Formats: sequence, structure tokens, C-alpha cells
Amino acid sequence: MSIHSASANTASHLAEAPYSPPRARFWGFEYIPAERQLLHSFLSNWLVLGALAMLILLVFIAVFAHWVAPVDPLEQTLKARLTPPIWNERGISPYYLGTDRLGRDVLSNIIYGLRISLLVGFFAVGISMIIGLTLGLTAGYKRGFWETFIMRAVDVQLSLPLIMVALCFMVIFGQGLWKMIIVLAIAGWAEYARTVRGTVLSIREKEYVESAHALGFGPWTIMVKYLLINSITPVLVLSAVQVPRVIILEATLSFLGLGVPVTTPSIGLAIARGYQVLFSGSWWASIFPGLALMLLVACINIVADWLRDALEPRSREQV
Amino acid sequence: MDRLLTVRDLKIYFHILAGTVRAVDGVDFHIDQGETVGVVGESGCGKSVTAMALLQLIPMPPGELVGGTAEFEGMDLLRFGSDQIRKVRGNRISMIFQEPMTSLNPVFTIGNQIGEAIELHQGLNPRQAEEKAVEMLDLVGIPDPRRRVKEYPHQLSGGMRQRVMIGMALSCNPALLIADEPTTALDVTVQAQILELMLDLQKKINMSILMITHNLGVIAEVANRVIVMYCGKIVESADVHSIFHQPMHPYTRQLLASVPHLGVDQGRLQEIPGAVPNLYNLPPGCDFHPRCAEAAESCQRRRPELNAMKPGHWVACHRAAGRGA
Amino acid sequence: MGLYIFRRVYQALLVFLVVSGIVFSILHISGDPVALLMPPEATPDQVEEMRRTLGLDKPLLVQYGLFLKNAAQGNLGVSYHHGQPALKLVLERLPASLELVVATILISLILALPIGVLAASKRGTSIDRASLLGSLIGISAPPFWIGIAFILIFSVELQWLPSSGRGTWAHLVLPATSLALYRLALFIRLIRAGMLDVMTMDFIRTARSKGVSEKKVIYKHALKNTLIPFVTIAGIQMGSLLAGAIVTEKVFAWPGMGRLFLESIGVMDFPVIIAWTLVTATIFLAMNLAVDILYVYLDPRIRHEK
Repeated sequence: MSIHSASANTASHLAEAPYSPPRARFWGFEYIPAERQLLHSFLSNWLVLGALAMLILLVFIAVFAHWVAPVDPLEQTLKARLTPPIWNERGISPYYLGTDRLGRDVLSNIIYGLRISLLVGFFAVGISMIIGLTLGLTAGYKRGFWETFIMRAVDVQLSLPLIMVALCFMVIFGQGLWKMIIVLAIAGWAEYARTVRGTVLSIREKEYVESAHALGFGPWTIMVKYLLINSITPVLVLSAVQVPRVIILEATLSFLGLGVPVTTPSIGLAIARGYQVLFSGSWWASIFPGLALMLLVACINIVADWLRDALEPRSREQV
Repeated sequence: MDRLLTVRDLKIYFHILAGTVRAVDGVDFHIDQGETVGVVGESGCGKSVTAMALLQLIPMPPGELVGGTAEFEGMDLLRFGSDQIRKVRGNRISMIFQEPMTSLNPVFTIGNQIGEAIELHQGLNPRQAEEKAVEMLDLVGIPDPRRRVKEYPHQLSGGMRQRVMIGMALSCNPALLIADEPTTALDVTVQAQILELMLDLQKKINMSILMITHNLGVIAEVANRVIVMYCGKIVESADVHSIFHQPMHPYTRQLLASVPHLGVDQGRLQEIPGAVPNLYNLPPGCDFHPRCAEAAESCQRRRPELNAMKPGHWVACHRAAGRGA
Repeated sequence: MGLYIFRRVYQALLVFLVVSGIVFSILHISGDPVALLMPPEATPDQVEEMRRTLGLDKPLLVQYGLFLKNAAQGNLGVSYHHGQPALKLVLERLPASLELVVATILISLILALPIGVLAASKRGTSIDRASLLGSLIGISAPPFWIGIAFILIFSVELQWLPSSGRGTWAHLVLPATSLALYRLALFIRLIRAGMLDVMTMDFIRTARSKGVSEKKVIYKHALKNTLIPFVTIAGIQMGSLLAGAIVTEKVFAWPGMGRLFLESIGVMDFPVIIAWTLVTATIFLAMNLAVDILYVYLDPRIRHEK
């Protein structure tokens, strides 16, 4: 006697109708089926690889600018003023992307400008990372007055918008490549310090630090061995976000004339020069530099997103 | 007693990257009016999925209803449209969950959350709903309900939150309450209080309870009938007395043997050897045979069907048939 | 909770003091402050008188106090480029900047919310991928360049919208949109991520089990939980808009505070520079403070903390 026959006398008008799942309506939250998940990760992996490859290419171009750029970016050829890009009928080689108001080649300025962007990006972020890391580590480990002091400074720094701080300092100290790098580094240390201190605070309570203490390891050893290594992940993630910000900030400052000196090629400066001739229809002088910068920053952002997902995984969707 | 819910041949599979998981693979059971049915089994045996499927709370995809019916008040719950099933949820069938700490929305008041179902299903306005919410809080034994109704979940302890959940579930007088491990996350003393509360309320509104748990003590306390599940299938189903005193399935027996008994010197606790198999990589024949002390040749070949050894006592085991009543 | 507010106000005041202190030191570092605050053609007598009024013959700390007192009274020196009180000049242009900032805020928020929620609920579909791509471009593009590109497309080529000046709402479209793009992109990402996070939480399952409609589950239960942390970040972003608007004001010749600041830098008009810094910092701090207090009211968990 099976369980089925026992309940056969109850209403069996419910024939097993074929079941079709309801279509996801407009408001519904869709759950991704397995095949689409696969496609999704496949595509995004390819995207990250592509971005990484492009990034390496851009760095390569920047480093070997001297050999890659067709013309000296600072050279003014007044005869070839405002020539359009090469595919236009009035375009002249080797000014592949056209020239600006004073006959400077747009492409060469972009190449050298990218070099400056990358330089500023990595140095400024690198310096602020070192400062922030050191201060954050010591603040979190030593605690007491030192920590309070540093954290107050962090609060003050972070209470003001980055661009405002950078602007004011540049107004005071004037133009200059290294001045700008220092200024941007000073403007950026606070976030690092705060992040690192947060990590330190959460780690130092963990048992393995306590046992290291008990085993007689000195404070410096503990700091380097455990706290530093554990801070690397959030610091990397933060850097991946800071670099694009700093690069855009450099371009903005240079655009305003408060960044690199006029004799240094910069994307911001190139765009500023292009802006001056905007209404004459010479669009190439301002559009191409911006596109190049956007490409650079977008690639960094893509890699940064991937890095963040890889280093700080969120819990996958539970069934 | 009237039949309230009849589930026939319920099959729910999940399609994940690693394969297809047969979370529920041919489950038949019924619940009568006013009775408490307990579902026991280890984690991952499909008890929660079975319960959530009744209210269509399983996301599909990745889940899929491969087959089966769930007859409730003359209709098949599993084939309701979204509007229909929403009328049932919180109204005719309610559910409470395991984690009272996270099951309540932290940014809305208790009154708002209890009142939500009341407004939805009984058409009361917010003020009336809040009044009713105060009544419910009183019913579930929360002191000073008028004050509490305006408070937020984080201001209450775990036990109180679970009481709130019960109040929320019972606010529209459901015919069936599904309780998915309601006491697992609570202290032992609070557990007892919550169970007592549930039994008390059950008598008051003549409601059925589907109690899902892995704790045999809870089952002994509240259930009238017990269903034992393993790997998405029912292996034994009987009234609570028979389950505890005449278990027939080897799995049930070993479960009971692995629980310590107060005042009895059992010697070393028995454990069930091996581990629960992966649900997308099940052994051939009977799912349990690799870990079974009584496994025989036939257990590897054919999957056992549920057979009634005695009236009302069903077992899915080749070896049990041989043993007889 | 009152303690929390008090601490935040105290912190804001502290920052303001530091900023004013830095500004004050700048004056001294860059040379004779009196000379800087007066037009170049001032006579020695006028300079002396200014020195006495400013109390520069007194100890440094007293000077600082006087500086603050003067600032509180609105006396931040006279712009020698324009010949009018610096603070007045800056405040005159504040409404224009505010107009731009408010329009930007509205655009970012009004667009980001539905798009972010939609992207989260349709995760993995083409809508989601499109919004992710769009937000990637949005955060990668320098706002000033976007403004220039907009001018080229919409003013020069299509001639749909004016490219400079302030007047009708049509003048507002391009500047506000180009400024809003970055924040719009950021907000979409934040909201999407927040919603995805919240939708996996237990109380969403509870709400569904009560029979709440999916629409209400998203817009009542999930959204409020997402918005609370979002508000803090959004608030800070908004505060920095006033400073960020500088470049947009230049590109679109928008007659706001930022444009005045840039002009003053060109001619080293210190009073105006200082006035701009102090006003912007004050507004930013006030904005942050408002956001912090708002946050306390929004999140009941903070409200009841001792």
C-alpha cells in the first residue's frame, strides 16, 4: 500500500499541469541562471584583461615617448596652425591628430601628457600612501595622544574637499610639476591613514597578535609582520581608486593654469589650449586629449574594480 | 480532523554551475487541521526548501519546480500566480524563520512591521493596524506593548524579537504556521518559553504548525506527527510516539542513538559514520546505504519506496520491510 | 544623541579654525599682510592706518583674534581689483553658484535612484550592463572636458543650447549636466551595490513571506536600508560640489563664485581669494554637519545609542 493510493480518494482534480515558471515582471528581482553567470564572468574577465593590456601599452608609450611621439610636443610650427586630423582633406602628416593654435602637434602632446599624468598619479599616490601608512600604523598601534592627534588631523583634512585644498596650496606655492606632486600627496594622505588605522585596530585585538606579544616579539616586528601585511589589501584597493582621482585632479589643475608650468606638456594644458579655439570649429585640439585621458582613467578603473572584487569578496548569492 | 494541506510528489531541483541539485526529490505528506507536524533532518536535507516552496519563496531560476502539487483549501499553491500567492502569504499560511536578529527590518518600528500584514490582508488603516499590533504584542507575552510597538528591532532581545515574529505571523489568524528552526538561535531557557507560547497560541486559534528543526528534543515537545527527511526524500513518517519508541528506518534509529539522554549512562555517544552525500552526486539505490549499518545487496540497486509498515507509519527502507511490524 | 551632535559641531568649528588659521598664516608668509590687503597705489599713511585698524602692531595671537572678529563682522578686506569689499563680492555671486550646484544635485539624485535600483533588480541583463558601462565612462571622464565636449556637440554643432552665461533654464542645462555626470555615475554604482547587498538580507525574505508585493519590497524595505549609508557619501560629494564647480564655471563662463576666484588668482587679489576660501569652507562644513545630523534621524540604530 503506497502513500499515493491512500490519498487517492481526496480531490484528485489537480492533474499535474505542466509547470511554466512565471516571467520576471518589471518589479521583480531577477536571479541569474547559471549559464548567464558564466557568460557574465567570461565577458568581464576579458574586459579586465583588455584594460590591463591597454594600460601596459599606455605605460609603454609614455615611457618611450621620445621614440613614439612623431614630433616634439613643444615645437611650434606656425605654418601648420590648426591643421585638422590626418583623415580630413586638409590634414598634414605627421600631425596625425591635428595641431593647435600655435602649431603644436596634438598627438605628441597627448603622448607626453600621458607621461606626466602617470608620473603624477603614481608618485603622488605613492608618497601619500607611504605617509598615510606610516602614520596610520603608528596611530593604531601606539594609541594614546599620538593617535588622537593624528586622527584629528585626518578629520580636519578630510573635512575639506580635495580640489579646494589642492587649489589653495597651488595658489600659495605657484606652478610646478614637483610642487604639484607634493601638494597632491599631502592632500591624499588622510584617507590612507584612516583606513590603515581602522585595519590595525581590528587586527591588534586578534589572538595571534596577542600571542606574538606574549612570545616576546618587539613592537616593530609585530607592526611590520602582522599589521603591515594585513593593511596591504585595503591600501591597494584605496590606491586603485586614488590614482584615477589624482590623475583627473592634475588635468583639472593644469587646465586652470595652476598645475604644471606651461613648458611641460600636460593633457590639461592641451585641453585648455583647445578650449581657446573652441568656437572656430577646431574640435580636435580639445577632444582628443580628453579622450586619451578618459581611456587611461577608464582602464585603471576597470582594473581597480576587478582588484577590489578579487581582494574583498562579498558573500555570493545564497540559494 | 479535516485535511488542511496535501503535498504530493514535490520535486524541486536547483541548477547551479556545479550541476543540478535535487534538493527535494519526491516528497509526499499531509497536515490536518489543528495538528503539529515536525520535520526532522540534518542540514541540507531539504526541509527548509520544502517549506519555502509552499509559499513560492524559492527563487526560480536557479530553482525549478520539476513536479508535484500542494493542495490547500481546494487549490494548488504551487501553481498560483503572484497575486494569488501573495494573498495566502502572511494571511492563510504564515512563516517564521530562524534568525530573529536579522529577520526584522532595522529601520521600521515593530508596530509598522506587524501592522504591514494586517493592513495588507485585513484592509485596516494604519492606526487600526497599530492597535491590532499592540494586541498581538500582548498576546505573545511582551510586557508594556504600547511602548514596544513604537520601538525598533535593535531595542529588543533575541527572545522578544522571535515573539514579535510570531505575533507578526499570527496577526491574520492563519490556518497554518510554518516554523523554520524558530528556536535554534535562542538560549535554551528562551527556547522553552517560545515553544510554550506557540503551543498555547495554537490551541487558542486552532491552527496547524509545520515545525522544521534538527533538534529532536523540540520534536518530542511539540509534534503530533513526525517526518524524517534525508537527501531530499522522506525516509520515515509516523506519529511522535512511534518515531521515538519504534523507529524503523536505520537513519532514524541512528539519529535517536546519537542524542544524549539525561540520567542514562549511554557510554560513548554513537555517531553516524560517513558524511551526508553531495546532492548532485548521490549514491545509487538508497541514499543512505553507504552509512547504514544494516545495508544489504538490494540497497545498492533499487531506491526504496515509502511503504506503510503499520497504519500511519511509513518507512522507505528495503530492510525494514523484512523486519515487519 | 545630543552628545553626538555636539561633537560634530565642535569638530566643524575646529576645522573652521584651522582653515582660518592657515589662511591667516598665508597672509603673513606671503609678505606684509597689510600691503597685500591694500591696493598697490595706497599711500604710506593709508597703509599705516590699515595697520592700526587691523591691529598688526600687536602680538600675533591678538592679530588672529582681530582677524576672526573682523571676519565675523564681514570685513575681509577690500578687493583692489574691484575696489569693493571682498566678502560682498563673493556673496554676490553665491546665488549663481548655488543655482548651478542645486541643479546638479537634482539631476544626479533624480536620475541615479531609479537607474541604480533598476540596474540592481535586472542584474546581469543588458540594462544592467549598459548602466555599468555608462557609469564607468561617467567616473572616468574629467568634468571640465565633458563640458567642452557638450559645448562642441550641443552648441557648436547642433546649436540646441547656449554655451555660456546665465539666464534662462536653457543656459543651465549644459553646465549642470556636465558637472552632474561624475556624481551620477558614482551614485548609480553605490545604489546598485547597496541594493544588491540589502536584497540578500533576511528581513527581505520575511517581508515577502508576509505577502508584501515585490514592488513594495524593493521600494519600501530595501531602498530605505540602502539610502541610509548612501546619504552620508552623497552629502559629502554634494558639499564638494561648490568647489568642483569652479572649472565648470570657467568652461561655461558661468558668473559664479568660482569664476571670481579664478580671476582673482590671475591678479593676486588676496582679499577675494581669502574670502572665497572661507565662504566655501564654511558652506562645505555646514553641509557635512547637516548630513551628519540627518543621518542620525534616518538610522534608528544610531538614534538610540547612548
